Amino acid sequence: MAIMGTIAPILTAGWMGANGDDGWRLADYVARGGYAMLRQILENRRPPEEIIAEVKTSVLRGRGGAGFPTGLKWSFMPRALSGDKYVVCNTDEGEPGTFKDRDITRCNPHAIIEGMAIAAYAMGANRGYNYIHGEIWEIYKRFEEALDEARQAGFIGQNILGSGFSFELFAHHGYGAYVCGEETALLESIEGKKGQPRFKPPFPASFGLFGRPTTINNTETLASIPFILKMGGEAYLNAGKPNNGGSKVFSVSGHVNRPGNYEIPMGTPFTQLLELAGGVRGGRKLKAVIPGGSSSPVLPADRIMECTLDYDSISKAGSMFGSGALIVMDETTCMVKALERLSWFYHEESCGQCTPCREGTGWLYQVVHRIENGEGRPDDLETLAHVAGNIGGRTICALGDAAAMPVQSFIQHFRDEFLYHIEHKTCLVPKDVQWAGSDFHRFGN
Amino acid sequence: MLDIEIDGKKARVPEGSTVMDAAQLMGVYIPHFCYHKKLSIAANCRMCLVQAEKAPKPLPACATPVTNGMKVFTHSEMAVKAQKGVMEFLLINHPLDCPVCDQGGECQLQDLAVGYGSDTGRFAEEKHITLARNAGALISMQEMSRCIHCTRCVRFGEEIAGVMELGMANRNVHSEITTFLGRTIDSELSGNMIDLCPVGALTSKPFRYTARAWELQRRRSVSPHDALGANLIVQTRQDKVVRVLPRENEAVNECWISDKDRFSYLALNAAERLLKPMVKQGGKWREVEWNVALDYVAHGLKDVLARSGADAIAALAAPHATLEELFLLKKLFAALGSANVDFRLRRQDFSTDGKKKGASWLGLRLADLRHQEAVLIVGSFLRKDHPLMAQRLRHATQKHGAEISMLSVTGDDPLFSLFAREVVKPSQLACALAAVLKVAAAEKGLTLEGVTGLESVTPNDTARAIAHSLIAHDKHAVLLGNVAEQSPQAGVLHALAQKLAEVTGATLGFFGEAANSVGGQLIGLGQGANAGDLLEKPREAYVLWGVEPELDCGNPQAAQTALKGAKMVAQFTAFKHTPALEYADVLLPTAPFTETSGTFVNTEGRIQSFQGVARPAGEVRPGWKILRVLGNVLDLPGFDYNSSEAVLAETGLSGEFAAGLDNRLSDTTVTLAEPAPEGLERIADVPIYFTDALVRRSAPLQKTADAAAPTARLAPATLARLGFAAGETVRVRQGAGETSLTLVADAALPEDCVRVAAGHAATAALGAMFGVLTLERG
Repeated sequence: MAIMGTIAPILTAGWMGANGDDGWRLADYVARGGYAMLRQILENRRPPEEIIAEVKTSVLRGRGGAGFPTGLKWSFMPRALSGDKYVVCNTDEGEPGTFKDRDITRCNPHAIIEGMAIAAYAMGANRGYNYIHGEIWEIYKRFEEALDEARQAGFIGQNILGSGFSFELFAHHGYGAYVCGEETALLESIEGKKGQPRFKPPFPASFGLFGRPTTINNTETLASIPFILKMGGEAYLNAGKPNNGGSKVFSVSGHVNRPGNYEIPMGTPFTQLLELAGGVRGGRKLKAVIPGGSSSPVLPADRIMECTLDYDSISKAGSMFGSGALIVMDETTCMVKALERLSWFYHEESCGQCTPCREGTGWLYQVVHRIENGEGRPDDLETLAHVAGNIGGRTICALGDAAAMPVQSFIQHFRDEFLYHIEHKTCLVPKDVQWAGSDFHRFGN
Repeated sequence: MLDIEIDGKKARVPEGSTVMDAAQLMGVYIPHFCYHKKLSIAANCRMCLVQAEKAPKPLPACATPVTNGMKVFTHSEMAVKAQKGVMEFLLINHPLDCPVCDQGGECQLQDLAVGYGSDTGRFAEEKHITLARNAGALISMQEMSRCIHCTRCVRFGEEIAGVMELGMANRNVHSEITTFLGRTIDSELSGNMIDLCPVGALTSKPFRYTARAWELQRRRSVSPHDALGANLIVQTRQDKVVRVLPRENEAVNECWISDKDRFSYLALNAAERLLKPMVKQGGKWREVEWNVALDYVAHGLKDVLARSGADAIAALAAPHATLEELFLLKKLFAALGSANVDFRLRRQDFSTDGKKKGASWLGLRLADLRHQEAVLIVGSFLRKDHPLMAQRLRHATQKHGAEISMLSVTGDDPLFSLFAREVVKPSQLACALAAVLKVAAAEKGLTLEGVTGLESVTPNDTARAIAHSLIAHDKHAVLLGNVAEQSPQAGVLHALAQKLAEVTGATLGFFGEAANSVGGQLIGLGQGANAGDLLEKPREAYVLWGVEPELDCGNPQAAQTALKGAKMVAQFTAFKHTPALEYADVLLPTAPFTETSGTFVNTEGRIQSFQGVARPAGEVRPGWKILRVLGNVLDLPGFDYNSSEAVLAETGLSGEFAAGLDNRLSDTTVTLAEPAPEGLERIADVPIYFTDALVRRSAPLQKTADAAAPTARLAPATLARLGFAAGETVRVRQGAGETSLTLVADAALPEDCVRVAAGHAATAALGAMFGVLTLERG
C-alpha cells in the first residue's frame, strides 16, 4: 500500500483502490480522467503563457526541497530560442526520509508523463528526461513501460494528438549517488559524465542539458500539473493556504505506528499528521522531528507540535519544509547516534569536487563518531560548530549546507546530550532504553 | 565595458570578465589553486572566495562574472574568514611533509599557507592517505596524499593535450586523481602537468630529490628540438643542468613546453658525452689535445683539397645547429673554395633549389595558428613532429570551430576532430593534393596551367569537402609537414600547394623540420650543393657537424657507404657516437645548446638568441669558437671573432623577425602521375624521441611509450594478402640492407604500405625513408 492516508487528496485521489498497486496503467489513468488536460490544451491550442500564469496563480512551489515557485521557474525558459530545449524530471529521490516520488512513480507514472508533456508545451521544450535513481529499479522499469504505453497512445512523441506539438520523453536511471539529485549533477549524469554539480551561473535555463536551455522539476511538482490545471490555479491555492498552495505528499518515517506517505493539504497541523500516522510508536514521548528530509534542521518536540505543515510555519520554527519528509524520533533516541548516522551519510555522499564539502564532511563525521564512541574531547562541540560554519555557504552546491545544518541544529537543540556524551563517555539516554525503542539489538546478539 | 571596484580600486573591464580576470588586470592578488588562465574554470578549490557587495555569501572570484558597478572586497572579514576556512580544510588531510617534498620552496600551497594557514591545526583525527600510482617514466605520482584535487592536471589533459590520461575517481575524501587502470601518462605534453600541479603531488620523476628550488640558478634558453623554438628556463646547479621549465612567451610556446624540451637535458650528463678530442691512429682511438685534433682536421682537408680539388670535401650539418655554427661552417668551406655544405639531411628531392623566392617558413605567425578558420595539413605526423603547434590547432578547432583537414600517409590521431581526412600511400600524396586543387580551381572558375596529368585525377568527396572548406573561409592556410618536405615528390607537393593557396587565397606554409631550418636557409644553405648529392656521389673528406648520419640522414645506407669510403671524416659532436667510431677519424667535443651561445630562427621567422647556461663540460668548446680557431689554423681570412654576437652580426640577421621569408616558387610547372612504385611502400616517421642526438640519449624519454622499438606496421588487409600474421618477426629488406622487425596490424594505414620508423638504430641498415621494401619470413 503506497498511500497510508489522506485528507482531501488531489494528487493521490483514486489510488486508494482495493487493489492498491495495479492502478498505474494507462487505461486506469485515463479512466480517472488522465490525459484529458493534455488533450484539451493541445486541441484548444491554449496559449502557453496562460498555462504558466495558471501555475503561478496556484502558488505551486517546487516539491523537491528548495520550494522555488514553479511558475516563475518556467517563465525563465527562453521560449523563442530555436533548437532543442529540455524538461527534466528529477526522480533521484536520495534524501534520507523521502520516499514520496517513489510511490508517485509507482502508482501514477502517467501523471508525471502528462505533467511533463504539459510543461514542455508551456515552455516550448521538445525533449524530456525522467532521471530515476538506481535503487528503485523495478519502478524505473515500470516507468519505461508507462512510457511505452503513452508513446503508443500518442501522448508523447511526434505530432502529439495531431496538434503539431512534439515531445520526446526518455527515462534515465542513476546508480545511487545522492548528489545526482542536485539538478546540475543530474544533468552531468544524463550526459554520461561523473555526477558532479556545475558552478552556477550559467543556470540550466540558459545552459542546461547538453548545453541547451533546460528546466528541472521534481516528480511531485510535475505530477501535480494536470490536477492544478484541471481544478484551476485558484482552487489549488485555496486547497492549501496563502503562499503555500495545494496539497502535499508527506513521507513519515521513524518512530510512528504507521510510517508511510500521506497526502494532506498544506497548512495542516503537524499533530493531525502524527495522528494519521498512528501516533508515536509504543505510546512513547516525542523527542524530535526532522521536518523536511535529513538536510533540514531538527526541531525538538515542543516546537514541531506547534507547527502547521507549510513552508512559512516550519521556516518560522527554525527549520525547512524541504521535501516534506518527516523523520520522527521518540524519547529512546540518542541524538548523538542519530547525528553520527546523518554525518556519515553526507560524508559518504559528498562528491569530492570542492574543498569545504570534501574535507569538511569527513571531519564532521570523524568528530561525531568519536563522541558517540566515548572519545569525545571538551572542545569538540566548538570544533563542530566551527567546521560546519566553514562548510555552509562556501560550496558549489547545497550538499555542503545540507551537511552542516543537521550538525548545527542537533547541537543547538540537544547540547546537553552531546556534553553528557563527551563528559561521561556514554549516552544520556540509557542503552537499555535505546534498545527497547529499537529492534536492532535483537539482531545484534 | 563594466565598472568594478576591488578593495577600493576602480577599473573598467571588458564584458564577460570574471572577478579574477578583473583582479589580475588591476594587479590585485586573489589566492587560488584550481584557477589557471589557460584552463577552463572549475571553481572547486574555493580558495578565491571574496566578498561582493549585496551578496549574502562569499563568491569564488574565478567563476563570478563581473556585473556593472560591482564592489568586491578581497580582504574583508568575510573574505578572509572564508579563505582561511578553505586553507584549513586543504591542510587537514595534507601530509604536511614539506621537508621531504620536492615541491618545497615553489609550492603554492606552502606559500599560501603562510598567509592563510594557522600555526596549529584543530584537526586531531586520522588523516586520509592516497596510494601511489605508476604514471610512467616522466611523472611521479608517488605522494598523491599531497593532492588538493584542483583538477588542473585533468583539465590540462582534456583541454590542452587533447587526451584524458588522468581523472578524478571516487567520491568525498576518497576522491583521487588517478590514471586509467594499469595505464601510464603518455602524452607528449605531459610534463606540463608537473608545472600545473600547485602542490607536490605530480612531480618530475627524473628531477626528484635532485635539488631544492632555491639552490638553482635560472637561465634563459631556447629549445633546439623542433621548429617552434620553445622558450626555456634551464636550471643549473654547479654548472650542471638539473631541470628545464617553460619560459612563458605567449607568442611562441605560451606557458607550455613539450616533454622532449623538458627532459632532453638528461642526455647532457650521459656517460656517452665526449669530453676530450679524440683521434683514431692505427685503428685505435686516443684522446688528444685540441691543437692536435684541429691540426688533424686542417691537414686532412688541405690534403684532399690539394689532391682532388674543392669538390672532394663536404660538410653536413644538423638542422638544429646554431645559426652561428652554420654560418661559420659555410664561410669556412667557402674560403676553402667549396660550396659543399648542406643541412637538409632528410630530403630526397631538391628540385626546388634555385626556384625558391626566399626561405620556407610557417607562412604566418604562430599566434595566428589558432585564429585560422580552415587549415589543410599535407603530409605531417603533426602531433609528434610539432606538439605545440598541434596544441594551437587543437585550440582553434575546440574553441573556435576551425575546420582542419589532413592529407596524410597514416591515420594517426591528432587528438582533435578533423573536418576531413584522406589517408593515401606516400606516392599518392601529390595526386590527393592535386584533386583538392582541381576542385578548388573548378569552383573558382579558374583554368589551371602548368599541371601536366591533372586530367587523370578524379577528385573524391573528401577532396571536394576540403576544397569547399578552404574556399568558404577567409582565414585559411595550406601547411606542409615533414613528410611533404622529405618526400621524393617534395617539389611537386610544394608547387601544387602554392597553386592551391593562390586559387583559394590561403596562406602557404611549412611547419618546418628542425630548430634552425629557417635560419639555415636564410644564411644561404641549400643554395649550393645538396645533401643527397653529397652522399650519393661520395666525397673524400667529410665534416659532420652534430650529425649522426645513420640516424639523421634520409638515406642512412647511402650515408654510411659514403662515410666508410671517405679518406677523412671529422665529426664535431657532443657524444661519443658508437657507429661513428668505425668510420670517423677525429671526434671533436662540441657544446650542446646549453653550453654555447647561439641563435635559432624558428618556423615563424623569429630570431631567438640565447646564452650558454652552463660552463662546457670537460674539454668541450662552443661550436662557433671551434670553427673560429679552425679558420685560424687553416690560415683563412676573416676568422677573428670575439663573440658569437659578432658572428650573428655578420649574418645580417637582426630584429625580432627575419626578413627574406617567402614560400613561393618562381616556377610551379609540375608533372603528375608518376607511376606508383611496385611493391610495399615504406612510410617512415621519425619518432618524437629519436629526432636528435640529445633526446636519443635522455634515459627517461627512452623509457616512454613513444620510444618503443620500431615495428613493421601494415594494414590488416595487406598483412592477410601477404600471408603474414601480426606478432611475427620478419626480415625487412630495403636496398642492400635488412633488419628484423615484429609485424603489427594497424588499421589506420593505407594498404600496400609498411610503416617502419627512421631515426632508430634498429632501422639504420635500411635505405631511404621513402621507397619500396620487402618482407621475408625467418
